[in-house]
Amino acid sequence: MTLTIVLLGAAALIGIGLYGALSQQSFVMLMMGLELMLNGALLAAIGLWSLALGGMPEGQLLAIVVMAVMAVEMAVGFALVVAIYRKRQADMTESIGTLAG
Amino acid sequence: MTDLVIAALCLFAVWTGWRVFRVDSMVRASFSLMLSFVAVGAVGVVLSAPYIGIATIFMMAVEMMVMAIFMVMFMMNPAGLNPMVMVHQHRVAAVAGGLAFAGLAAAVLAADPPAARVATGTDTVAALGHELLGPSMLIFETAGVTLLATMVGAVILSSRRGRFGPADDGSRPPGLEPGGPPAGRQPEGGGGHHHHH
Repeated sequence: MTLTIVLLGAAALIGIGLYGALSQQSFVMLMMGLELMLNGALLAAIGLWSLALGGMPEGQLLAIVVMAVMAVEMAVGFALVVAIYRKRQADMTESIGTLAG
Repeated sequence: MTDLVIAALCLFAVWTGWRVFRVDSMVRASFSLMLSFVAVGAVGVVLSAPYIGIATIFMMAVEMMVMAIFMVMFMMNPAGLNPMVMVHQHRVAAVAGGLAFAGLAAAVLAADPPAARVATGTDTVAALGHELLGPSMLIFETAGVTLLATMVGAVILSSRRGRFGPADDGSRPPGLEPGGPPAGRQPEGGGGHHHHH
Protein backbone atom coordinates (compact mmCIF):
# COMPACT_ATOMS: atom_id res chain seq x y z
CA MET A 1 0.00 0.00 0.00
CA THR A 2 2.70 2.49 1.01
CA LEU A 3 4.79 1.49 -1.98
CA THR A 4 1.83 2.06 -4.32
CA ILE A 5 1.28 5.55 -2.90
CA VAL A 6 4.94 6.46 -3.28
CA LEU A 7 5.18 5.11 -6.82
CA LEU A 8 1.97 6.86 -7.89
CA GLY A 9 3.40 10.11 -6.52
CA ALA A 10 6.60 9.50 -8.47
CA ALA A 11 4.59 8.81 -11.64
CA ALA A 12 2.69 12.08 -11.17
CA LEU A 13 5.93 14.01 -10.68
CA ILE A 14 7.38 12.51 -13.86
CA GLY A 15 4.22 13.32 -15.81
CA ILE A 16 4.17 16.94 -14.61
CA GLY A 17 7.88 17.28 -15.31
CA LEU A 18 7.44 15.97 -18.85
CA TYR A 19 4.61 18.43 -19.41
CA GLY A 20 6.79 21.29 -18.16
CA ALA A 21 9.86 20.30 -20.17
CA LEU A 22 7.81 20.09 -23.37
CA SER A 23 5.64 23.16 -22.87
CA GLN A 24 7.81 25.87 -21.33
CA GLN A 25 9.40 28.42 -23.61
CA SER A 26 11.98 29.74 -21.20
CA PHE A 27 15.15 27.69 -20.80
CA VAL A 28 15.19 27.93 -17.04
CA MET A 29 11.57 26.80 -16.71
CA LEU A 30 12.33 23.94 -19.10
CA MET A 31 15.14 22.86 -16.79
CA MET A 32 12.75 22.94 -13.86
CA GLY A 33 10.67 20.36 -15.74
CA LEU A 34 13.75 18.15 -16.10
CA GLU A 35 14.50 18.56 -12.40
CA LEU A 36 10.94 17.57 -11.55
CA MET A 37 11.29 14.36 -13.57
CA LEU A 38 14.51 13.53 -11.71
CA ASN A 39 12.66 14.28 -8.47
CA GLY A 40 10.12 11.61 -9.41
CA ALA A 41 12.90 9.16 -10.22
CA LEU A 42 14.49 9.84 -6.84
CA LEU A 43 11.18 9.28 -5.05
CA ALA A 44 10.62 5.99 -6.85
CA ALA A 45 14.16 4.83 -6.08
CA ILE A 46 13.80 5.63 -2.38
CA GLY A 47 10.40 3.93 -2.20
CA LEU A 48 11.49 0.75 -3.97
CA TRP A 49 14.69 0.55 -1.95
CA SER A 50 12.89 0.95 1.37
CA LEU A 51 9.69 -1.01 0.81
CA ALA A 52 10.43 -3.66 -1.80
CA LEU A 53 14.13 -4.48 -1.76
CA GLY A 54 14.69 -4.81 1.97
CA GLY A 55 17.18 -1.95 2.11
CA MET A 56 19.98 -3.32 -0.01
CA PRO A 57 22.85 -0.79 0.08
CA GLU A 58 23.06 -0.50 -3.72
CA GLY A 59 19.62 1.14 -3.70
CA GLN A 60 20.90 4.11 -1.72
CA LEU A 61 23.82 4.30 -4.13
CA LEU A 62 21.33 4.66 -6.99
CA ALA A 63 19.75 7.61 -5.16
CA ILE A 64 23.19 9.20 -4.83
CA VAL A 65 23.75 8.74 -8.57
CA VAL A 66 20.40 10.43 -9.29
CA MET A 67 21.46 13.37 -7.14
CA ALA A 68 24.78 13.63 -8.97
CA VAL A 69 22.87 13.67 -12.27
CA MET A 70 20.75 16.54 -10.94
CA ALA A 71 23.85 18.54 -10.06
CA VAL A 72 25.44 17.91 -13.46
CA GLU A 73 22.24 18.84 -15.27
CA MET A 74 21.90 22.11 -13.38
CA ALA A 75 25.53 23.17 -13.84
CA VAL A 76 25.80 22.33 -17.54
CA GLY A 77 22.30 23.62 -18.22
CA PHE A 78 22.96 27.02 -16.69
CA ALA A 79 26.31 27.23 -18.45
CA LEU A 80 24.53 26.60 -21.76
CA VAL A 81 21.90 29.24 -20.92
CA VAL A 82 24.67 31.77 -20.26
CA ALA A 83 26.54 30.79 -23.44
CA ILE A 84 23.44 31.07 -25.63
CA TYR A 85 22.51 34.38 -24.05
CA ARG A 86 25.99 35.74 -24.74
CA LYS A 87 25.90 34.61 -28.32
CA ARG A 88 22.30 35.26 -29.32
CA GLN A 89 20.75 37.38 -26.58
CA ALA A 90 18.23 34.54 -26.38
CA ASP A 91 16.42 33.18 -23.34
CA MET A 92 13.55 31.44 -25.12
CA THR A 93 13.58 28.22 -27.09
CA GLU A 94 12.01 29.96 -30.11
CA SER A 95 14.98 32.31 -30.38
CA ILE A 96 17.29 29.48 -31.37
CA GLY A 97 15.00 28.12 -34.06
CA THR A 98 17.93 28.01 -36.48
CA LEU A 99 18.96 24.84 -34.68
CA ALA A 100 15.77 23.14 -35.93
CA GLY A 101 16.44 20.56 -38.62
CA MET B 1 -0.15 6.22 10.30
CA THR B 2 3.05 6.07 8.26
CA ASP B 3 0.87 5.62 5.20
CA LEU B 4 -0.98 8.84 5.98
CA VAL B 5 2.23 10.83 6.50
CA ILE B 6 3.73 9.48 3.29
CA ALA B 7 0.55 10.06 1.31
CA ALA B 8 0.41 13.65 2.58
CA LEU B 9 4.07 14.24 1.70
CA CYS B 10 3.63 12.72 -1.77
CA LEU B 11 0.53 14.81 -2.40
CA PHE B 12 2.40 17.91 -1.26
CA ALA B 13 5.32 17.08 -3.57
CA VAL B 14 2.98 16.62 -6.52
CA TRP B 15 0.97 19.74 -5.73
CA THR B 16 4.04 21.97 -5.36
CA GLY B 17 5.45 20.39 -8.52
CA TRP B 18 2.27 21.35 -10.33
CA ARG B 19 2.43 24.88 -8.91
CA VAL B 20 5.87 25.29 -10.53
CA PHE B 21 4.21 25.70 -13.92
CA ARG B 22 1.17 27.59 -12.65
CA VAL B 23 2.49 30.52 -10.59
CA ASP B 24 3.09 33.88 -12.25
CA SER B 25 6.49 34.55 -10.74
CA MET B 26 9.51 32.52 -11.71
CA VAL B 27 11.08 33.05 -8.31
CA ARG B 28 7.94 31.61 -6.73
CA ALA B 29 8.20 28.74 -9.22
CA SER B 30 11.71 27.89 -8.10
CA PHE B 31 10.71 27.99 -4.44
CA SER B 32 7.74 25.78 -5.25
CA LEU B 33 10.12 23.29 -6.85
CA MET B 34 12.26 23.47 -3.73
CA LEU B 35 9.25 22.57 -1.57
CA SER B 36 8.61 19.60 -3.83
CA PHE B 37 12.18 18.40 -3.30
CA VAL B 38 11.90 18.97 0.45
CA ALA B 39 8.78 16.79 0.52
CA VAL B 40 10.61 14.01 -1.35
CA GLY B 41 13.51 14.34 1.07
CA ALA B 42 11.08 14.03 3.98
CA VAL B 43 9.66 10.85 2.42
CA GLY B 44 13.23 9.55 2.39
CA VAL B 45 13.62 10.36 6.09
CA VAL B 46 10.34 8.61 6.94
CA LEU B 47 11.29 5.60 4.82
CA SER B 48 14.51 5.01 6.81
CA ALA B 49 16.86 6.70 4.35
CA PRO B 50 17.79 9.69 6.52
CA TYR B 51 21.08 10.39 4.79
CA ILE B 52 19.57 10.53 1.31
CA GLY B 53 16.61 12.55 2.55
CA ILE B 54 18.58 15.19 4.43
CA ALA B 55 21.16 15.44 1.65
CA THR B 56 18.36 16.00 -0.87
CA ILE B 57 16.89 18.77 1.25
CA PHE B 58 20.23 20.55 1.73
CA MET B 59 21.31 20.19 -1.87
CA MET B 60 17.99 21.33 -3.31
CA ALA B 61 17.69 24.28 -0.93
CA VAL B 62 21.01 25.60 -2.21
CA GLU B 63 20.28 24.67 -5.81
CA MET B 64 16.97 26.50 -5.84
CA MET B 65 18.60 29.62 -4.38
CA VAL B 66 20.97 29.54 -7.37
CA MET B 67 17.97 28.91 -9.62
CA ALA B 68 16.17 31.94 -8.18
CA ILE B 69 19.21 34.11 -8.95
CA PHE B 70 19.16 32.89 -12.55
CA MET B 71 15.45 33.63 -12.70
CA VAL B 72 16.10 37.24 -11.70
CA MET B 73 18.99 37.45 -14.18
CA PHE B 74 17.29 36.06 -17.25
CA MET B 75 13.57 36.30 -16.94
CA MET B 76 11.27 39.05 -18.08
CA ASN B 77 8.82 38.47 -15.29
CA PRO B 78 10.78 37.44 -12.19
CA ALA B 79 8.58 39.25 -9.71
CA GLY B 80 5.24 38.03 -10.98
CA LEU B 81 3.77 41.49 -11.45
CA ASN B 82 1.94 40.40 -14.59
CA PRO B 83 0.18 37.15 -15.37
CA MET B 84 2.69 34.89 -17.07
CA VAL B 85 1.93 32.38 -19.78
CA MET B 86 4.97 31.34 -21.73
CA VAL B 87 4.15 28.00 -23.24
CA HIS B 88 4.26 26.48 -26.68
CA GLN B 89 2.73 23.25 -28.01
CA HIS B 90 0.62 23.29 -24.89
CA ARG B 91 -1.82 20.56 -25.95
CA VAL B 92 0.90 18.16 -27.09
CA ALA B 93 2.80 18.69 -23.85
CA ALA B 94 -0.29 18.15 -21.70
CA VAL B 95 -1.19 14.97 -23.57
CA ALA B 96 2.39 13.67 -23.31
CA GLY B 97 2.52 14.39 -19.59
CA GLY B 98 -0.87 12.77 -19.02
CA LEU B 99 0.10 9.72 -21.04
CA ALA B 100 3.37 9.37 -19.13
CA PHE B 101 1.51 9.52 -15.83
CA ALA B 102 -1.22 7.13 -16.99
CA GLY B 103 1.28 4.61 -18.35
CA LEU B 104 3.47 4.68 -15.26
CA ALA B 105 0.47 4.54 -12.94
CA ALA B 106 -0.92 1.55 -14.82
CA ALA B 107 2.46 -0.16 -14.53
CA VAL B 108 2.54 0.59 -10.80
CA LEU B 109 -0.97 -0.78 -10.25
CA ALA B 110 -0.39 -3.85 -12.40
CA ALA B 111 3.01 -4.76 -10.99
CA ASP B 112 3.44 -7.08 -8.07
CA PRO B 113 6.71 -5.99 -6.46
CA PRO B 114 8.33 -7.89 -3.62
CA ALA B 115 7.45 -6.63 -0.17
CA ALA B 116 10.72 -6.75 1.71
CA ARG B 117 10.83 -3.70 3.98
CA VAL B 118 13.97 -2.41 5.61
CA ALA B 119 14.37 -4.38 8.84
CA THR B 120 13.77 -2.20 11.88
CA GLY B 121 16.97 -1.27 13.63
CA THR B 122 19.11 -1.44 10.50
CA ASP B 123 21.79 1.26 10.44
CA THR B 124 21.18 2.32 6.86
CA VAL B 125 23.61 5.22 6.96
CA ALA B 126 26.46 2.93 8.00
CA ALA B 127 25.40 0.48 5.29
CA LEU B 128 25.55 3.27 2.72
CA GLY B 129 28.99 4.33 3.91
CA HIS B 130 30.37 0.79 3.70
CA GLU B 131 28.85 0.43 0.24
CA LEU B 132 30.29 3.73 -1.01
CA LEU B 133 33.80 3.05 0.23
CA GLY B 134 33.64 -0.70 -0.40
CA PRO B 135 32.12 -2.63 -3.29
CA SER B 136 30.80 0.46 -5.10
CA MET B 137 33.82 2.65 -4.70
CA LEU B 138 34.45 2.82 -8.43
CA ILE B 139 30.94 4.19 -9.04
CA PHE B 140 31.42 6.74 -6.28
CA GLU B 141 34.77 7.86 -7.67
CA THR B 142 33.33 8.04 -11.18
CA ALA B 143 30.62 10.36 -9.90
CA GLY B 144 33.32 12.57 -8.38
CA VAL B 145 35.29 12.76 -11.63
CA THR B 146 32.04 13.45 -13.52
CA LEU B 147 31.34 16.39 -11.23
CA LEU B 148 34.87 17.68 -11.79
CA ALA B 149 34.39 17.45 -15.56
CA THR B 150 31.08 19.27 -15.13
CA MET B 151 32.79 22.11 -13.31
CA VAL B 152 35.41 22.45 -16.05
CA GLY B 153 32.74 22.30 -18.75
CA ALA B 154 30.51 24.86 -17.04
CA VAL B 155 33.38 27.33 -16.65
CA ILE B 156 34.46 26.90 -20.27
CA LEU B 157 30.93 27.17 -21.64
CA SER B 158 30.05 30.28 -19.69
CA SER B 159 33.31 32.24 -19.97
CA ARG B 160 33.21 35.22 -22.25
CA ARG B 161 36.77 34.86 -23.43
CA GLY B 162 38.51 31.68 -24.43
CA ARG B 163 42.20 31.04 -24.01
CA PHE B 164 43.03 32.25 -27.51
CA GLY B 165 40.67 35.20 -27.79
CA PRO B 166 36.95 35.88 -27.83
CA ALA B 167 34.88 32.75 -27.52
CA ASP B 168 32.99 33.34 -30.79
CA ASP B 169 36.08 34.30 -32.80
CA GLY B 170 36.07 31.32 -35.12
CA SER B 171 32.32 31.27 -35.58
CA ARG B 172 31.88 34.77 -36.99
CA PRO B 173 31.42 34.88 -40.76
CA PRO B 174 34.07 36.69 -42.81
CA GLY B 175 33.32 40.10 -44.33
CA LEU B 176 31.71 40.50 -47.74
CA GLU B 177 34.74 42.49 -48.90
CA PRO B 178 38.20 41.88 -47.49
CA GLY B 179 38.65 43.58 -44.16
CA GLY B 180 34.95 44.56 -44.02
CA PRO B 181 32.56 43.96 -41.16
CA PRO B 182 31.39 40.35 -40.72
CA ALA B 183 28.50 39.33 -42.92
CA GLY B 184 25.17 38.11 -41.69
CA ARG B 185 23.09 38.90 -38.66
CA GLN B 186 24.90 40.47 -35.74
CA PRO B 187 23.90 39.68 -32.18
CA GLU B 188 21.81 42.51 -30.80
CA GLY B 189 23.55 44.63 -28.23
CA GLY B 190 26.89 43.33 -29.46
CA GLY B 191 26.90 40.39 -27.08
CA GLY B 192 30.32 38.88 -26.94
CA HIS B 193 31.98 41.72 -28.82
CA HIS B 194 32.78 44.07 -25.97
CA HIS B 195 36.37 45.14 -25.95
CA HIS B 196 36.13 47.63 -23.12
CA HIS B 197 34.25 47.33 -19.87
